[in-house]
Amino acid sequence: MSDHWKLFLRNLSEFWKAFRRNKLGLVGGFLILTALLAAIFAPALTPHSAVDIMRDSNGRALTFASPATHSPLGTDDAGHDIWALLIYGARISLMVGFLAGFISMFVGSSLGIIAGYFGGAVDTLVMRVTDILMVIPDLPLMLVLVATIRQMDLKVSPLSVLILVIGLLYWTSAARLIRSQTLTIKERQFVARARAIGAGHWHIIRKHILPQLMPLIVTNTVLILSTAILIESGLAFLGLGDPTQPSWGTMLNFAFSRSAISNGAWWFYLPPGIAILWVSLGCILLGNVLEEMMNPRLTAHYLEGDKGMIAITDKETGL
Amino acid sequence: MTPNPILEARELHTYFLVPQSPFEALMRRPHLSVKAVDGVSFALMRGETLAIVGESGCGKTTIARTLIGLEAKTKGEILFDGKEVALRDGQTAIGLKHLRQRAQMIFQDPYESLNPRATIFDIVAEPLVVHGLAKGERERTAAVTTALEDAGLRPAEHYFMRYPYELSGGQRQRVVIASALVLQPELLIADEPVSMLDVSIRAEILNLLRDLRQKRGISVIFITHDLSTVAYFADRIAVMYLGRIVEIGLTREVLRDPQHPYTKALLSVAPAPNPRLRRKRVILQGETPNPINLPSGCRFHPRCPVAFDQCKIKDPQLTVLSETHQAACLLLEK
Repeated sequence: MSDHWKLFLRNLSEFWKAFRRNKLGLVGGFLILTALLAAIFAPALTPHSAVDIMRDSNGRALTFASPATHSPLGTDDAGHDIWALLIYGARISLMVGFLAGFISMFVGSSLGIIAGYFGGAVDTLVMRVTDILMVIPDLPLMLVLVATIRQMDLKVSPLSVLILVIGLLYWTSAARLIRSQTLTIKERQFVARARAIGAGHWHIIRKHILPQLMPLIVTNTVLILSTAILIESGLAFLGLGDPTQPSWGTMLNFAFSRSAISNGAWWFYLPPGIAILWVSLGCILLGNVLEEMMNPRLTAHYLEGDKGMIAITDKETGL
Repeated sequence: MTPNPILEARELHTYFLVPQSPFEALMRRPHLSVKAVDGVSFALMRGETLAIVGESGCGKTTIARTLIGLEAKTKGEILFDGKEVALRDGQTAIGLKHLRQRAQMIFQDPYESLNPRATIFDIVAEPLVVHGLAKGERERTAAVTTALEDAGLRPAEHYFMRYPYELSGGQRQRVVIASALVLQPELLIADEPVSMLDVSIRAEILNLLRDLRQKRGISVIFITHDLSTVAYFADRIAVMYLGRIVEIGLTREVLRDPQHPYTKALLSVAPAPNPRLRRKRVILQGETPNPINLPSGCRFHPRCPVAFDQCKIKDPQLTVLSETHQAACLLLEK
């Protein structure tokens, strides 16, 4: 129905109006967007690929060439172009981060809704599993898991293992948050009304609980993306990335293990570090602003317009 | 009009268990319960309006919620159209889902009973979706339009794509009524439908409900604490105190000639249209007793102005005063 389309556009434009007012959110969005665009259009941004070896006029490999000799960001120990590594690495880092983030948010939200909505034994079971996962230190557990799964020779790509391990271990905080929110929504009168109409559980969860949770889920997905990207970098730095598909973490690992620091090759280790900071800062800024917008308790009063207090106006008559 | 009741409650009890700590369970302390509804029986005829009145905490809302199955009854029977209300349909039973198609509830708070993220169209169409009725787009739009216009929101298309926050309290309550009407129910359970609204809007909503009742022949259970709306609206009144009906009868009988001391006290403090006609007010002392530990004997005796010794011992049953009028007081049993 075209009415629904119009309504969607109206909601979108209202959201944009509110979002535009917050400069930090715009900065966050810009940071994420540039990283995404760089990853998507990587081939257009550099003539080299991540495996090409730069050579000088004599045909010798350019190793540890500074940005001054080889623009824009110099080369690494084997003569790879750092800029090419960086933007092709963005593909890996962002893909792992986003997929792992989405998986963990999906698992966390589903379990949280189920636990909160049905309560009782289901709730106890889910929450005890959550507690157990929360008290095990994440990083050692992930190291052990990734290493063990690699050993098993399951014919899955190392990146998928990384994605699944991060995604399936990082849902605990989301599950708790969503559960607590579900508990309060479940008690609201429109849910009782839906039950009194004769609606089943699935209908109530889909039509009444989920729409109220959506802002929370979106916000936390954005926030959890930064965590997932940081974790991926950490694991890759520790050598658990895929060496044939280097991410930013893998670049740092190479820089560290191939003595870029003692060679003074700052152009080798600074760019991936800044890139990680760039994206996770973007996620956190955007996430915080979204959280502020979606949580009415954190915002200014709705009567406060751009210029302080404004009068209550009717949207149609303008009175 | 058929003589059989559309809805009948027989010795209905709804208790809420007070949560117990593991220590208390270990000590085998008796499990306490809040006796919200404690033995209520009544019958509602087709096309009739029964008002259930009483002060806060007397169990009126719990009755409504139990009747529609939102709370589980502890004891007793609910019969809808001669069939017992059960989880599933059967030969002599009517399933909850089926009941919820033929009986609808209107909640007290129109600000809370509409999903803030759903459009008015979706809210009113929801019962149709849930029960798999009016599947076609055109059919559904027609049903929603009729319901909204019957509830006094005209032109209906104007409201389709709006959100609840864009409407006033009175408009929201009309949306609630429209969504209750869309299934063409036989019974409407209205839990204080006007208590959250401005006085100026109350009359409008009450008129609307009364017109709909006359037009469609819907039976209504009208729950309220406000005696002034009752006279206007109800055929019969049931007065509740602490989970029990203490007096029930035709509106005229109960309001003109109240027999139970509690009803008398309630009526004496209801605002009168003419302030010069001063009546003697009976102000009840003390507060409603705790529904966990009910008083012995007559549950009203600690606050009753005319209580005597026997009241502390004997629990009065409903005494038949006339064909339509009953009250539960020891003074009437003699």
